[in-house]
Amino acid sequence: MHQLIERIFVATFGNPLLDARHDAAVADLGGTRVAMTTDSYVVQPLFFPGGDIGSLSVNGTVNDLAMAGARPLYLSAGFILEEGLPMETLWRVVRSIQRAAQEAGVQIITGDTKVVDKGKGDGLFINTAGIGLIESPRRIAPDQVRPGDAILLSGDLGRHGIAIMAVREGLEFESAIESDSASVAPLVLALLDAGIEIHCLRDLTRGGLASALNEIAESAGVTMAIDESLIPVRDDVRGACEILGFDPLYVANEGRFVAFVAPDDAERALGIMRSHDVGLGAHLIGSVGDLISDHAAAVTMRSAIGANRVLDMLSGEQLPRIC
Amino acid sequence: MRFIEEYRDQETAQALGRAIRGITTRGWTLMEVCGGQTHAIVRFGVDQLLPEAVTLVHGPGCPVCVTPIELIDAAVEIAAREDVVFCSFGDMLRVPGSTTDLLAVKARGGDVRIVYSPLDALKIAKTEPAKQVVFFAVGFETTAPANAMAVYRARREGIANFSVLVAHVLVPPAMEAILSSRDNRVQGFLAAGHVCAVMGYTEYEPLASRYRVPIVVTGFEPVDILHGVYLCIKQLEEGRAEVENQYVRAVRREGNASAQEMVREVFRVDRRMWRGIGEIPRSGLALRDEYAAFDALRRFDVGEAVTVEASECISGLVLRGVRKPNECPAFGGRCTPERPLGAPMVSSEGACAAYYRYRTHAAVSRA
Repeated sequence: MHQLIERIFVATFGNPLLDARHDAAVADLGGTRVAMTTDSYVVQPLFFPGGDIGSLSVNGTVNDLAMAGARPLYLSAGFILEEGLPMETLWRVVRSIQRAAQEAGVQIITGDTKVVDKGKGDGLFINTAGIGLIESPRRIAPDQVRPGDAILLSGDLGRHGIAIMAVREGLEFESAIESDSASVAPLVLALLDAGIEIHCLRDLTRGGLASALNEIAESAGVTMAIDESLIPVRDDVRGACEILGFDPLYVANEGRFVAFVAPDDAERALGIMRSHDVGLGAHLIGSVGDLISDHAAAVTMRSAIGANRVLDMLSGEQLPRIC
Repeated sequence: MRFIEEYRDQETAQALGRAIRGITTRGWTLMEVCGGQTHAIVRFGVDQLLPEAVTLVHGPGCPVCVTPIELIDAAVEIAAREDVVFCSFGDMLRVPGSTTDLLAVKARGGDVRIVYSPLDALKIAKTEPAKQVVFFAVGFETTAPANAMAVYRARREGIANFSVLVAHVLVPPAMEAILSSRDNRVQGFLAAGHVCAVMGYTEYEPLASRYRVPIVVTGFEPVDILHGVYLCIKQLEEGRAEVENQYVRAVRREGNASAQEMVREVFRVDRRMWRGIGEIPRSGLALRDEYAAFDALRRFDVGEAVTVEASECISGLVLRGVRKPNECPAFGGRCTPERPLGAPMVSSEGACAAYYRYRTHAAVSRA
């Protein structure tokens, strides 16, 4: 996917705003800095423990705006409905969107609906786009990451991906693992309001923590070192990952992000993060190293037993193993 | 988490590393048989705790890697049929056949489903009686009992639309093939703990004495592996060659009798092609005559396909521990997990994939 984006879309559409390769693009509109982003949601099943496609389509886009340090304001919503989708299902999704929008403090101000023939869609697809206002003068982007920056993780990893996997594959655990889907915008705004020197933010969706760190290391041209024993993963998620042969560091999250902050602000930032529900499990997991040299690995991790290894990008999807 | 955390404990691991350094007086080459162990070794950096004199080479214990290309091609052909639901463990989907893989069949509209147990495939066969449900029965002795159980139940319950494409392989004959080959460099084995949980380890006793190699039944966590290495080196240093059990929390000498019985009920031992290695006598499982009706190769008329292996791939040498993945000229350049030339670059148990994922860059320092 990463290669596909680079080779086709970035290569063709390339412009300074896109080239920043951030979760949301930031444009200057007559002195006002505005963040814009879009995301499409094709999740199956439509409803899962801890969320549904509706709340996900709000939180995901709101979080992308927050990753640029923006206050999310308005969303658009496009629906692609497959013929035969029960009205009751659509109602449930729409009500969920409304609730999530309210919680995130955004309004849906425009939209679109298309119906496709049966068999040409998977029940329901949603696209949302969002715009937000950047009030802080600080530029938050991968190229702002500096050697020595503290890497803060906002909470435990892997719940969304495993929750979806469990429902989709009919895996049964003692209690359902709930998705972490949530808006992190209020937490990010609190960090900015407190004057925390944030250099970069990235939400940990597809590809998880490992991919996010690698992408930022690549754009910023720095190395990073993290410590596996400091990364929180819930026991039930860890257990599911062990069974499936997944690495929680690559599993998708929908309410988690990493923050790169000036080392002197790390403690204070952690305090603020932990005072929010979505940041209760926040942890300092490592730091940014030197500028990258030719043969060095971008991201390394000290493993649980105290050895070092490369933490690489994920290629393709993680597939469950045989034994 | 219990049964995990204590086997990933830093102090225990470091102490075992020191103990191994303490008893090692010369160079030794050990092979961990199972790909799951290979992945744990590179994922946790287990080898960084070992003295330079100890070399771990990676064994053939990756079922995905050794499944012959003929069977991958057959799977692709069967999975593409309109009336077929093709069920497989996830690992197999990206393994390259001669021209394509199962994931591509799925992308083109083939009904290819990932299952976690062969019994799930059997369930699909019951709920979708109009379809032919085929399960790709891959794996070592570990997965054989459950796969046997699925076939056994299909026969007993008369589920006629269920069949299996059998690609089962056995560990001890592969170890013997490695030991008896002229370029063998393996002096001791870490045997695969889960295989022994099913089969026990009496089969390894003649191998240990005939070839004078220590064989240590070993688990999959870093502390297990370090402990296995310690026991193996200790034997080598003391001039012993015995079968020893490190994985006592899961393995008994005689193994799991009822699982073995189920395997014997459904399967018989047969010769088997190993991808990259060649044919090994008595190294695979085939359905017994009473169960032959459930053989997908008989049910579907799969043509004699001409198989094409990537000529550059040295997977055979990697699987026998003769070469390390990063010694292949194609490694990381012309062969990556996204464009694999050979199966070991695909599987979550393949040695090449492990090297690619955890150490593409040479600059990871020794701890």
